[in-house]
Amino acid sequence: MSDRLFEITAAPISVDEVSRRVSSPAVGAVVSFAGIVRGTNAGRQVRYLEYETYPEMAETTLAQIAEEIEARWPVEGVAIVHRVGRLEIGETSVIVAVASGHRQGAFEAARYAIDRIKEIVPVWKKECFEGGEIWIEGPEKPPDPH
Amino acid sequence: MRGTVRFFASLREAMGRSEVDWELPDGATVEALVTHLHQTLPGLSEWADRTWIAVNRRYASLEMTLQDGDEVALFPPVSGG
Repeated sequence: MSDRLFEITAAPISVDEVSRRVSSPAVGAVVSFAGIVRGTNAGRQVRYLEYETYPEMAETTLAQIAEEIEARWPVEGVAIVHRVGRLEIGETSVIVAVASGHRQGAFEAARYAIDRIKEIVPVWKKECFEGGEIWIEGPEKPPDPH
Repeated sequence: MRGTVRFFASLREAMGRSEVDWELPDGATVEALVTHLHQTLPGLSEWADRTWIAVNRRYASLEMTLQDGDEVALFPPVSGG
């Protein structure tokens, strides 16, 4: 088990465990988001997903997202853990936990985090479905240079 | 100067390799490297408008000047979450 705030891992991940990474006496609210592998996509029956990453850059961009959040909301902590490798239907692929003194900023920041993950973090999923497999592609627009 | 290019996901599969070394004159830009790669790697041009570029693990512009030893990465639009 790790206490790192930004992590790419091949091991199963837990909302409770990631939330504990941002706990402190100043915290009055933790909002967590969990992304789950869905069994259907675009009319296809999904068998499982294979996630690939550029691990060194992924952890850099997760830290960048936390910096963006800290510039906009008065949060006490942000942790983001993304799992990679083969994930079965119903397993958790990504967890965001945002800790704050009060709830409002934490809700907004958690939403921002998962939206940004889908825009800039170098992780890709290959969907293996009944009858084939396909790489899922994300946004049209590349991120601004950073 | 020289460095490496890493490929990921569908682009890695299409190139049939996960990395390739590059060598260019001093002062070359990212754009010059991309042009060089298109000339030397058959099939890469099909990916031109669906390829994102990072240098040393940060998103980079085509105008950026490369340095000796830079790690460049080419990959398709991200799809995590």
